[in-house]
Amino acid sequence: MHWTEYLPPLLQGAWVTVELTVYSTILGAVCAFAFGIGKLSRNWAIKGFSIVYIEIFRGTSLLVQLFWLYFALPIAGDLIGINLRLPPVAAGVLALGLNIGAYGAEVVRGAIQAVRPSQYEAAKALNFTAQQALWRIALPQAIPEMMPAFGNLAVQNLKDTALASLISLGDLAFRAEQVRNFTQDSTTVYSMILLMYFGMALVLTAIMRLLERSVGRWRGARS
Amino acid sequence: MLFGFHWDTGHGELVFAWSILPMLLRGLVVTIEASIVGFFIALVIGLIFAVLKDVPLKIISYPAYVITEFFRDTPLLVQLFFLYYVLPDYGIILPAFLTGALALGIQYSAYTAEVYRAGIEAVPKGQHEAAKALDLTASLTFTHIVLPQAVPRVVPAMGNYLVSISKDVPVLSVVTVLEMLNVAKIIGDQTFDYLVPLSMVGGLYLILTIVASAAVRWVDAKLPKTGVPMR
Repeated sequence: MHWTEYLPPLLQGAWVTVELTVYSTILGAVCAFAFGIGKLSRNWAIKGFSIVYIEIFRGTSLLVQLFWLYFALPIAGDLIGINLRLPPVAAGVLALGLNIGAYGAEVVRGAIQAVRPSQYEAAKALNFTAQQALWRIALPQAIPEMMPAFGNLAVQNLKDTALASLISLGDLAFRAEQVRNFTQDSTTVYSMILLMYFGMALVLTAIMRLLERSVGRWRGARS
Repeated sequence: MLFGFHWDTGHGELVFAWSILPMLLRGLVVTIEASIVGFFIALVIGLIFAVLKDVPLKIISYPAYVITEFFRDTPLLVQLFFLYYVLPDYGIILPAFLTGALALGIQYSAYTAEVYRAGIEAVPKGQHEAAKALDLTASLTFTHIVLPQAVPRVVPAMGNYLVSISKDVPVLSVVTVLEMLNVAKIIGDQTFDYLVPLSMVGGLYLILTIVASAAVRWVDAKLPKTGVPMR
């Protein structure tokens, strides 16, 4: 078999990897803002829940989380009489998104805390509510500071999608494994998908740079 | 039965959990061993890359830059499969544990190389000038002036990567390394109860990372912050 014949199944897998990356990055971004802001909340219940979420998902291994959602959650569901059997795609997106979201939440928290106190004082002096100060003053200045870290996390997330192949999700790593089983041509197959992952990471990095530049305009004038 | 221990599925979840704890702890030991071996490989390869990236010749520094970028941007799982299936084709047959540790070391060398560079660059320029004024050779300057000041700066970042590596060790289960997650998976496959072993692995990981992070902070607090004290 010529190496070009490996391409159709691999490209099919690469598309699944792209979808998985996009969905889980969006879920991760939502979690990052929700729990990053939640950790700064004065409401102890929201704050406590955010801290527990962040510690659990940062403190344990992603593969453990993935296996837990896929293998253990259905059993937990049976115990309380609910069907929690997730299809591999749902388990994959959920595990990847929740995991990267916990890392992102720390980035969001750090960036919001790095906004100078004088900005909040000025917002207060102008009679902004706490909500307005957060959404209109703090976040527009904090988001550009988050972008470099978010870029790294997005690439991290792309790499992590390969683990979803271990719960029989047909992504690039999974297709590569199939092609290798069929042809026994490990060197070519794995070299090809390493390059494909590298290419996707470079494209993702470029996209995140563009995003970084476009939100850079929100940065306030530096004194 | 695993490692000579028997699980007890007949007397409720708690008895079952207690009966499999010794097996999971055996797995935990392998997890820690793999983390440490992988970490040392990453420290060595990372230092080589850090030096190569600093070479003034573009023909050496540029390939080193591209290779570390490649190591950083490709999944650990695929790198591991590559080493595990491709190396034997070229006559290099390593045990699964070493292949796994090597994959961890290669992936993280891209990160440690950056840490070394940041640490070395953070040493003030005046230190180099002073060393030159004292007529120290380049190698003496590096080993006696730059390194002692760079090391305290890189220790916390390196420690964090050690913790990260320990969280990536479960990937090694795909090449049959019996680390903690693999042990839990085997117990689940045999007893049809994944909930207890996988939840216990999560709990043990939480303990491991909390203790390790506290250790990193403790070591960091013990290190001198600016330069090294005179003796």
